[in-house]
Amino acid sequence: MAEQIKVKSGWKIWEVFTQSKTGEPHIHAGNVHAPDAEMALQNARDVYSRRNEAVSLWVVPADQLIATSPSDSGPFFEPADDKIYRHPQFYKVPKGVRGF
Amino acid sequence: MSHQLNDYVRAALFEYLLRLGDDKLILGHRLSEWCGHAPALEEDIALANIALDCVGQANAFLTFAAEVEDKGRNEDDLAYFRNEIQFKNLLLLEQPNKDFAHTITRQFFYSSFGIYFFQDLAKSKLEFLAGISSKAVKETSYHLRHCKEWMRRLGDGTEESHRRAQEAVNDLWRFTDELFFKNDIDELLIQENILPDTNSLREMWRTYAEEILTQATLQIPQNENMQTGGRKGIHTEHLGHLLAEMQIVARSYPNAKW
Repeated sequence: MAEQIKVKSGWKIWEVFTQSKTGEPHIHAGNVHAPDAEMALQNARDVYSRRNEAVSLWVVPADQLIATSPSDSGPFFEPADDKIYRHPQFYKVPKGVRGF
Repeated sequence: MSHQLNDYVRAALFEYLLRLGDDKLILGHRLSEWCGHAPALEEDIALANIALDCVGQANAFLTFAAEVEDKGRNEDDLAYFRNEIQFKNLLLLEQPNKDFAHTITRQFFYSSFGIYFFQDLAKSKLEFLAGISSKAVKETSYHLRHCKEWMRRLGDGTEESHRRAQEAVNDLWRFTDELFFKNDIDELLIQENILPDTNSLREMWRTYAEEILTQATLQIPQNENMQTGGRKGIHTEHLGHLLAEMQIVARSYPNAKW
């Protein structure tokens, strides 16, 4: 048992992005453990695409993703709250384009 | 189409389909034994996926076999109500999982053979056989990709992974000759144009296997005595135990539905 944990702890975490159809964006699906890039791709295929969910997969080492931290949420996102004029909601939308 | 076959050909084709179906069924069952026990969650899912592919192909081959036999048996009868000596799978595939290296090496020997074998079989004039075989090619190429990458990593990995991988190659190499087993059944089916003639299979497999093993820094054992028997129903002691577990529910509750 100790041996298994040791093996596993040596594996990096990879974030997985799946594309459901050609032309669609790749969307974050979750993550997998894997020793290297090729195995990460295979693990991602087995964990996130075994029921035909994807036509393309991206894996990215989790430590290579640069993300905002929870403490950034004020300065990063709140200033947008009081600038309602940035939302195009004051225009009447013609019927023909409602579907968009 | 199977009703157009004469009795000799029908019996030969039935036997041949049992070989294909039993290979997949026994390998699939062995792989399923990893479920919940693999070294990592991701690998657990990968092995279970491969197991399911194998059982799916077994189901197709045995369904076809039962139809060819035409004696009122179905694929479940063939899977659950035959005894050891009536199973025609390769000895390689009934060998126990032992450790991860043995499991991967067994899979590597079989999948690297299977990719060439099923490409040939996909050219069969029997539409149904060609159909299952082309599906098997797709699935096998993924199985091979997975176990080939593991062979390289285990062989050329840590000291312990190398030692275990080399032990697995040493243990299992003696069963690889049987991959190329042929007897009068094959000859008859080749004559009847049901099977393509596949003489270069052994050389192609050997070249490929050597290439990967070399990359994995693993040695092929020298002067190993080859062991065969599975195709004739003469098995190692491991198959009986496997069948006991695989068949007990169906035999304890015949005709149960779930």
